[in-house]
Amino acid sequence: MSEDRVPDPLAPIEVPPPAEASVVRISSRTATILLLFTLTFTALMAATYFATKPAIEASARAEKMKLIGEVLPKSGYDNDLLADGVSLPPMPALGLDDVSTVYRARKDGTPVAMVVEAAAPDGYSGRIGLLLAIGADGRLLAMRVTDHRETPGLGDYIDPKKDKNKTSPWIGQFDRKGFEDINPEQWKVKKDGGMFDAHVGATISARAVTNASGRALAWAGERREKLFALPAAAKFEE
Amino acid sequence: MSVYRDITYNSLWKQNPILGQVLGLCPTLAITTSFINSFSLGLATTFVMAMSNFAVSALRSFIPFEIRIPVFILIIAALVTVVDLAMNAWLHDIYLVLGIFIPLIVTNCIVLARVEAYAAKNPVLASTWDGAMMGIGLTLVLAVLGIVRELFGQGTLLSGIEMIIPGTEAIRLLPEDYPGFLVAVLPPGAFFVLGLLIAGRNWLDARANEKARQHLLQAQAHA
Repeated sequence: MSEDRVPDPLAPIEVPPPAEASVVRISSRTATILLLFTLTFTALMAATYFATKPAIEASARAEKMKLIGEVLPKSGYDNDLLADGVSLPPMPALGLDDVSTVYRARKDGTPVAMVVEAAAPDGYSGRIGLLLAIGADGRLLAMRVTDHRETPGLGDYIDPKKDKNKTSPWIGQFDRKGFEDINPEQWKVKKDGGMFDAHVGATISARAVTNASGRALAWAGERREKLFALPAAAKFEE
Repeated sequence: MSVYRDITYNSLWKQNPILGQVLGLCPTLAITTSFINSFSLGLATTFVMAMSNFAVSALRSFIPFEIRIPVFILIIAALVTVVDLAMNAWLHDIYLVLGIFIPLIVTNCIVLARVEAYAAKNPVLASTWDGAMMGIGLTLVLAVLGIVRELFGQGTLLSGIEMIIPGTEAIRLLPEDYPGFLVAVLPPGAFFVLGLLIAGRNWLDARANEKARQHLLQAQAHA
């Protein structure tokens, strides 16, 4: 093992001090070189961006349909779901501080369900994104966690992919529940005096999801006729 | 060829990015909660390191000494962006697993460290080899950390593999009713395991040195 082959990173490198008069010349030369590097590598990134754009958009669309398919089976409706959307302004009642889209599912033209995005701001590690399918009768058909940063192995059972109980995952207890079965006062985890189970020692994630879904269901339930009646691509306003 | 052997030995053991140089700890501690996470991020980092060492070494005569750091960072960031976009487009399932960790490769100081310490002064082929080997050295340590933390934290191995190969499932090594060990999953657990790994490496090194010393003494006694 000879040390001379591995250069010492701390070894001083001889840099001749610039003469006074050449400072401007050296600065502009360095600036030009830096600019050229920036342009070259920006061009590389731009080229990759345009080369990958169609594939990324296609997979984002497929991803969205796959996610929607988890809360709303494809067999339940016959319209082009992604084309039948209503855009929402930022909606604090849903926990969303950005614009979102409500998709309407119809069978033979009759409203079946709508797919609503929501979020719980108060997870154990910040925001928990949710996707809810709400039936035309105002019941929550199914719900999924779309993104979260809950502790792996502890609070992440809110996501059925991470739930150790594969046969009846935690989030399944919300399926087909509505305010006809459960009083809004009772739409809480059991620890708070409500109806829904939560894992012992990891209540915060479950509480955040439960409360956010209750708020979203109340919000969408009250406005469901208006939401179904709006034409496609319309903007919803309160 | 001994240059390449030296690089390999240096990268995997003597100056291993994590155990020897203790660089790039932020992603090391943050993502090694499972083997799949650790290993995939290790491979992505390896690719970026090989590419950035290649690019910097190839362009080294055009990079003025005074602005080398901004240029290096620019090159690394551009390469990471390219990897990020390409994985999003063509390896979408793995991209979903790694998600936010890919852009974070830019901030892994081991990448810049190899570019500055090696690629800026050495020929293209040796530099690329150095980047790849350092990346593999990093990946191996990440993988061990991931395996240990996943085993103690959740009692499984390969959790998350179903996101890469659909239809497969994590292997449960500890009994189903294993309650999990939260400390192993949280960052302090990473510090504990990492500390033990570094101590183990130092112990092996010390033992090897001691043996070499004994041999030397014996040889002198015979002479």
